[in-house]
Amino acid sequence: MPGTDRPGRIVVVGASLAGLRAAEALRDNGFTGELTLVGEEDRPPYDRPPLSKAVLLGRVRAADVTLPARRAVDARWRLGVRAEGVDLTHRTVLLAGGERLPYDRLLIATGTRARPWPHPGEAALHGVLALRTAADAALLSGLLDAGPRRVLVIGAGFTGSEIASACRGRGLDVTVVERGPAPLVGALGGTLGAFAAALQRAHGVDLRCGVTVTSLQGRDGRLVGAELSDGGRIEADVAVVCLGAVRNTEWLDGSGLAAGPRGLACDAGCRAFDMYGIVTDDVFVAGDVARFPHPLFEYQLLSLEHWGNAVAQAEVAAHNMISEGPRRRPHLAVPAFWSSQFGLNIKSVGVPTFSDRVVIAQGSPAERRLVAVYGYRGRVTAAVSVNRAKSLEYYERLIESAAPFPPDPATTDRTVAPTPVPSDVPDPRQLSHGPTVALTGHLPDRRGLALVRRES
Amino acid sequence: MYIVVDLNRCQGYAQCVFLAPKVFELHGEEALMYLTRVPEDQQDPVRRAVAACPVQAITVGGAAGAGN
Ligand SMILES: Cc1cc2nc3c(=O)[nH]c(=O)nc-3n(C[C@H](O)[C@H](O)[C@H](O)COP(=O)(O)OP(=O)(O)OC[C@H]3O[C@@H](n4cnc5c(N)ncnc54)[C@H](O)[C@@H]3O)c2cc1C
Ligand code: SF4
Repeated sequence: MPGTDRPGRIVVVGASLAGLRAAEALRDNGFTGELTLVGEEDRPPYDRPPLSKAVLLGRVRAADVTLPARRAVDARWRLGVRAEGVDLTHRTVLLAGGERLPYDRLLIATGTRARPWPHPGEAALHGVLALRTAADAALLSGLLDAGPRRVLVIGAGFTGSEIASACRGRGLDVTVVERGPAPLVGALGGTLGAFAAALQRAHGVDLRCGVTVTSLQGRDGRLVGAELSDGGRIEADVAVVCLGAVRNTEWLDGSGLAAGPRGLACDAGCRAFDMYGIVTDDVFVAGDVARFPHPLFEYQLLSLEHWGNAVAQAEVAAHNMISEGPRRRPHLAVPAFWSSQFGLNIKSVGVPTFSDRVVIAQGSPAERRLVAVYGYRGRVTAAVSVNRAKSLEYYERLIESAAPFPPDPATTDRTVAPTPVPSDVPDPRQLSHGPTVALTGHLPDRRGLALVRRES
Repeated sequence: MYIVVDLNRCQGYAQCVFLAPKVFELHGEEALMYLTRVPEDQQDPVRRAVAACPVQAITVGGAAGAGN
């Protein structure tokens, strides 16, 4: 057994995918000390991806998405309990209610939550909700079962697009309102955005792009419709707010850790940075809440919201929490995710937003089977397949080896080399954002930092 | 018994669909959908599917976090 260099007490905050997989890996790796998991949700860890797919289609109940245990974990589960702060000096986690949990090493895996609708009064209308938790999915399924006249989906990222797909699968009328020029454009860029727009329309989605919802209207406390920035009006009795995710880092404000709206920054070994940028040696981070440097992407701090990243990073964090110096491992997994919508399997490897050009290397939008390959400054940085998942492994190798972009035409199914076009993703240099801080003090041993503002 | 499939790893080979069709299905050509909670009478077929998956993408087990 890979012995544990460091026994003692470990506390994991966030008892979802990353927290669970880390706990299992700690025991796999021979950690015999005390282990406590703290989770704000009152149910054991469950899997979120089915919530916007099988659950909304009515195939799986929201109550049944519980994650299987990979192994028995001897741990204390403190579920339904929120952590409210960390004291780095005394190594304690403060729980709601005032209890202090001492730790020798801490793993922060508090993930993200859905960004709420900005107007609280409108957000409180019956029929208006977001989708992040199993409770949200149970509520939304119930609303869809009741046969609404029309569902309004606000925001056409992956979650919004999957919800629209499930609504059409159930024969419900659905309007999708997206501020950008196309669905998925923020994650996959212009070429696949245009494909996704055509796909939604072919499936009967009333898709409105370049438009925002300016207000939600209610009668007797129930949603009845929405007004749009182009002057349009929609009647709907369900509105799903899909405006992206917010990192759960507020509970770390004032802790002295480098936590901000884009997550908690860490090194490639999952060790959290304090606000000075100095690495801690007893606080680790994994999953959606982490911002970590990836050598393949110019060491930029990536904040991913991918199932596979939560699993892989949790395993590395767990290993490093109980290993000393040279036995520690870097988290170098090539980012990957999947989505299924409108009967298509969409899979991605690499970081599509880290690109300046894209080329359709195999298949075509018309066939609804394709592989789009993304490049940045002449090397391959990502690939996205639609119903061609088996090809992706090959492109993953190209990404890992920094192969030249565009890829060799001999390896595509083209007779002439395909022509790359601009990838039209948000500027890759803007992947990293953090809270604004100011230097304080003058004497060298008094220099410090103060948080000026949170940004989002 | 609960199931989770690592759909990054899954290649849509559909062995699981042949072995436990009441639990695994393909949605379209290659998007795998499955019952996350295994019905009592499907435990054996599901175990066979776990063993047959060429990329070992399927994990089954009791509910995580309970009784440990
Ligand atoms: C509807 C939906 C569909 C998805 N589909 C896909 C998909 O198809 N493919 C894909 O790759 N990914 C998908 N994802 C993303 C994937 O589910 C996440 O990447 C994954 O859940 C991240 O796990 P995590 O443990 O890091 O964070 P989370 O799952 O967000 O868990 C964090 C946990 O910490 C708890 N917590 C937060 N703050 C505190 C606190 N202060 N004290 C105690 N506990 C706290 C939260 O309550 C939560 O239970 C989807 C997500 C959603 C919501
Ligand atoms: S057998 Fe494995 S690879 Fe094939 S569809 Fe099932 S889970 Fe996916």
